[in-house]
Amino acid sequence: MSDTKRAAMATQTAMIVGATSDIGRALARAYAAEGQSIVLCARRPETVERDAEDLRLRHGTTVSVVGLDLLDTPAHARVLDALPVLPDTVVMVAGLLGEQPRAAAEIVHAAEIMRSNYEAPALFLGEVANRMERRGSGTIIGISSVAGDRGRATNYVYGSAKAGFTAFLSGLRNRLARQGVHVLTVKPGFVATRMTEGMDLPKALTAQPEEVAAAVVKAAARQRDAIYVRRVWWPIMTVIRLIPEQIFKRMKL
Amino acid sequence: MKIAGWGRFPVAELPCRALRDLEAGRAALQALPGLIARGNGRSYGDAAIGAGGVLSTLPADRILAFDADNGSVTCEAGLLLADLLDVLVPRGWFVPVTPGTKFVTLGGMMAADVHGKNHHGAGSFGDHVLQMTLLMADGSLRRCSPAEEGALFAATRGGMGLTGVILDLTLRLIPIETSAIRQETRRAPDLGAALAALEETRGATYAVAWIDCQARGRNFGRSLIYVGEHATRAEAPHAALAVPQRRSRRIPLDFPAVALNRWSIAAFNELYWRSGRPGTTLVDYDSYFYPLDAVLEWNRIYGRRGFVQYQCVLPYAAGEGGMAALLRRIVQSRRGSFLAVLKLFGPGAAKAPLSFPMEGWTLALDFPADADSFNLLLALDAIVTDHGGRLYLAKDARMGAGMLRAGYPQLDAFRATRAAADPGRKFRSLLSQRLDL
Ligand SMILES: Cc1cc2nc3c(=O)[nH]c(=O)nc-3n(C[C@H](O)[C@H](O)[C@H](O)COP(=O)(O)OP(=O)(O)OC[C@H]3O[C@@H](n4cnc5c(N)ncnc54)[C@H](O)[C@@H]3O)c2cc1C
Ligand SMILES: NC(=O)c1ccc[n+]([C@@H]2O[C@H](COP(=O)([O-])OP(=O)(O)OC[C@H]3O[C@@H](n4cnc5c(N)ncnc54)[C@H](OP(=O)(O)O)[C@@H]3O)[C@@H](O)[C@H]2O)c1
Repeated sequence: MSDTKRAAMATQTAMIVGATSDIGRALARAYAAEGQSIVLCARRPETVERDAEDLRLRHGTTVSVVGLDLLDTPAHARVLDALPVLPDTVVMVAGLLGEQPRAAAEIVHAAEIMRSNYEAPALFLGEVANRMERRGSGTIIGISSVAGDRGRATNYVYGSAKAGFTAFLSGLRNRLARQGVHVLTVKPGFVATRMTEGMDLPKALTAQPEEVAAAVVKAAARQRDAIYVRRVWWPIMTVIRLIPEQIFKRMKL
Repeated sequence: MKIAGWGRFPVAELPCRALRDLEAGRAALQALPGLIARGNGRSYGDAAIGAGGVLSTLPADRILAFDADNGSVTCEAGLLLADLLDVLVPRGWFVPVTPGTKFVTLGGMMAADVHGKNHHGAGSFGDHVLQMTLLMADGSLRRCSPAEEGALFAATRGGMGLTGVILDLTLRLIPIETSAIRQETRRAPDLGAALAALEETRGATYAVAWIDCQARGRNFGRSLIYVGEHATRAEAPHAALAVPQRRSRRIPLDFPAVALNRWSIAAFNELYWRSGRPGTTLVDYDSYFYPLDAVLEWNRIYGRRGFVQYQCVLPYAAGEGGMAALLRRIVQSRRGSFLAVLKLFGPGAAKAPLSFPMEGWTLALDFPADADSFNLLLALDAIVTDHGGRLYLAKDARMGAGMLRAGYPQLDAFRATRAAADPGRKFRSLLSQRLDL
């Protein structure tokens, strides 16, 4: 990167919510490599202190750590107002895959998945959006999922929550389009992370966390609205969305 | 998951866990008996293939501390050398020992006690590690250094993951003025001249010979010698501390078996020999240390069947006679590969029972993994053992337990330390089973 671009980036701050995840770690590195200041947000902040120090040593940027359990929704505003500056970019990475059979049987688990993927992330980004709108600038990025494009027997609790999150992001984008605030929706497809460890994922459809991070940073810089990380997901999901419900309901996917 | 070493021989289907954090490491110890730590899989054979599973250290790649005053860095074991150099070089530091690829982890470097082109002066990697933290078989953490838990430290260095999982380590660094290497190329017309040239350059920081193992008669053992020094600011004012641009090509597919035959290899070697113009030039550190890294996945040129690398060391006293016996057998077979590398080792690490280097001559080259090669390698084994030499575990995929015993006189000390560290044999690899470690 040119020195002038780096100098411009150095005044920017990116906040990663869900900093313990593999995708979150990769995103933090990608933004730090641009020279941006970083805010790492995690429910167990002590576990990301090592990452914070690593980012400082590698990239010489300013890194701070804040603790927040997203399910503690009343704390959202407090955490945001305690930041020294409202970040230029906020990336919502947090989410919970859960276990579909358990979610079907136990209402508590289903509620946890719904709240962790939709309610809590959306409410947090809503608070961010209000502040960015007031300031008249900012970028909001939500990591949603292809699982939200159509409900399937194997993960519809998670998928429905991601569908809600995707719809929320698109609504925010519509609301803020003329307010100088940009909203990016990311549907990564399969990613090799802790969430998918041990699953037998098709190699051609599976991205590495670094690949996701690079795609997100690039898409945000180009003000894209919504992306799949690997292009192959676009035709796949287009077909899956087009299958008539009559047929779809009998399929095993 | 399908797991193999860099030589893609052998291959195993194994459960794989990742060292995301300490809890994940401990859970893997519980869930997968017979597991082994795995770094970036650049060992050639079966060292990083567990008997019952592998624990990938790659997510544990954080730099934990950097001491710019004394020149040391503490990092997690899954950090790639390539990434560490990106951080160190612009600040004027380099690692004291580097293997011929930078796509290795720091943990893998310690577990194999790797050597570089400067072994004659600098020793091996473990000589520069000040301390490390291990995750033991029982889930506990143990700090060790040459002074604290010295036996555990010494057995872990070169211990191929069998004493515990290295979580982090502190490494002493060397200062550099520029990122360039002043490289001098010499031609040695035959084996005697090659060994003499390596003797002569003992005073240089780095020295290595590329030896043509197709050449016969008058040219038997002809070599190109590459001597290297970190360039000073006065010598390379423009290089400064720049990190070389990553330029790499990828081998797009497995080569068919016929692509590598004795004519193509002989032609390559002839070209290579001619292109080695004597003289001194400035090159970036990637070109000097990691020429093969410019071709990603170059291991695919050997095709699906894979290949083995044979690296032995003969004690200094075996001298030219020993090397000549080995080389003669290789030339006769007409199976020698492109890259045979010859180096002079300084004294080995006396206290580290499985560390490979010992004072003497080391030769490394590749062979396709097929029956003819395995027969040839048995003949080479006999020559190595007769001369009091041994093989490098990080490259090996096929030697027998007897050969190991003959070459590593401190094997029992290693076994005792391992038994104390891991009485239930939680850590096991195909290599440890094959060699009855
Ligand atoms: C092109 C090329 C050139 C090479 N040149 C040289 C050279 O010049 N000199 C040299 O010495 N070697 C050389 N090597 C070999 C290489 O340096 C070693 O095999 C090194 O161990 C590979 O590191 P890795 O991270 O890929 O480890 P892996 O191959 O994944 O593992 C190697 C061994 O280390 C153990 N291990 C890995 N991480 C840990 C950990 N955290 N804790 C405990 N045990 C662990 C594994 O169990 C295994 O036994 C070369 C290899 C290649 C492919
Ligand atoms: N991996 C895939 O194939 C894939 C595909 C599509 C989309 N995604 C999405 O990508 C995102 C990152 O996932 P990942 O694959 O990297 O898996 P992950 O490691 O499981 O990431 C989940 C992250 O969310 C955090 N989190 C969960 N609940 C939280 C809460 N209440 N408060 C604060 N943080 C909370 C977790 O923190 P803790 O460490 O504290 O638990 C963790 O950092 C998720 O939104 C996921 O849905 C992943």
